[in-house]
Amino acid sequence: MNGLILLVLLVGLVVLSTATAFTREPGRQALVFGGYGLVLGVTMLALQAPDVALSQITVGAAIVPLIVLLTVLKCNRVLEEHRRAREEHR
Amino acid sequence: MSRRFAWRLVLLVAGLVGVAIVLVVGLGALPHFGAVEHGYGVRAVAASLSHRTANVVGSLTFDQRAFDTMGEELIMFAAATSAVMLLRRMRDEEEDEAGLGYGPEDVVGALRLTGTAFLPITLLVGCYVVAHGHLTPGGGFQGGVVLATGIHLAYLAGDYRVLERLRPSSLLDIAESGAVAGYLAVGLVGMGLTGSFLTNWIPLGTFGDLPSAGTVPVLNGLVGIEVGSAMVLLVARFLDQALLIREEGDDG
Repeated sequence: MNGLILLVLLVGLVVLSTATAFTREPGRQALVFGGYGLVLGVTMLALQAPDVALSQITVGAAIVPLIVLLTVLKCNRVLEEHRRAREEHR
Repeated sequence: MSRRFAWRLVLLVAGLVGVAIVLVVGLGALPHFGAVEHGYGVRAVAASLSHRTANVVGSLTFDQRAFDTMGEELIMFAAATSAVMLLRRMRDEEEDEAGLGYGPEDVVGALRLTGTAFLPITLLVGCYVVAHGHLTPGGGFQGGVVLATGIHLAYLAGDYRVLERLRPSSLLDIAESGAVAGYLAVGLVGMGLTGSFLTNWIPLGTFGDLPSAGTVPVLNGLVGIEVGSAMVLLVARFLDQALLIREEGDDG
C-alpha cells in the first residue's frame, strides 16, 4: 500500500514537473508550479519528513507562486501603460 | 560545426559521463530506500535524546548544526534585505492609491469569508508551529512562513488597509534584524560560558516539556521572528510594486 501511494505521488511529480516546464505563459506556469510544489510536499510527508514537507508546502506552493504572480501582474501593467503611451503619441 | 563548438561538446560529454559514473557508484553505496538503519540517523537521534530534544530535526537544525543554520539565516537575511531594497519606490515613481483597485466590497463573499475565518486560525497555527519546533514537526522557518502567508489572507479578503495595519514595516524591520542579532548573541553567550560557539548552554529541562531542549526553542523562536518578518516585508514590497507603484506623470 505504501509503495503504491509513493508510486502515484512520484508519477504525479514527473507529470506535474513536465507540465510546469511546458507551460509557457508565466502566470499559468506559477499555478502549475504551485500544484507541483503541493504534490512534492505530500511526497515528503509520505516519506516521513513532515518538517521539510511543511517548508516545501509553505514556500513552494504558496510564497513562490504568489511572488511570480505579482511580478507577472506588474509586468503586464507596465506593458499596458507603455502600449497606451505609444497610442497616445500617435 | 566550428572547432570551438566541437571542443565544447567533447568537454560536455566528458563531464556528463564523469558525473554519471560518480553518481551511479555513489548510489550503490547508499543505504537501501526506506531502510530503518542509517548511520547518520542513529547517531543524530542519540545526540538529540541526550539533549532532551523530542524533535530530532529541530535538534539537528538548532543544536547539532546550529552553525549551519546561522549561515542559512544570514543568507536569508541578506537575500530578503537586498530584494526589499531593489523593490523600493524609485525617485521617478509614485504611489497611486487608485491602483489598489479593490476593497472588501469587490471580493466574492465566499472568498472574503474564507480569508476572514482563516486569518486568526492560520496565525494561531503559525505561532504553534514556531513554539513547538523542538517537540513536533515544524519550527522557526516553517512557522515563520505560515505566519507570513497567514497575514496575507487579509489581502485575499480584500482588505488592504487591515493588511497594512497588520504589518508595520518599521517594526518588522527592527524585529528582523533584532532576531538575527539575537541568534548571534545566544551563540556568543554560549562561547563565553563554555568556550564553544552556539553550544547548548541553557538548562535542558524535562524531555517533551514546552520549556526543554535548552537553546533549541530560543533559537527556533528567533528564526521564526526573522523568517516571518523577512517574508512579510518581501511580499509587501512585491504587493506594493504590483498594486501601488507606477511611473511618475502617468495617470494610467
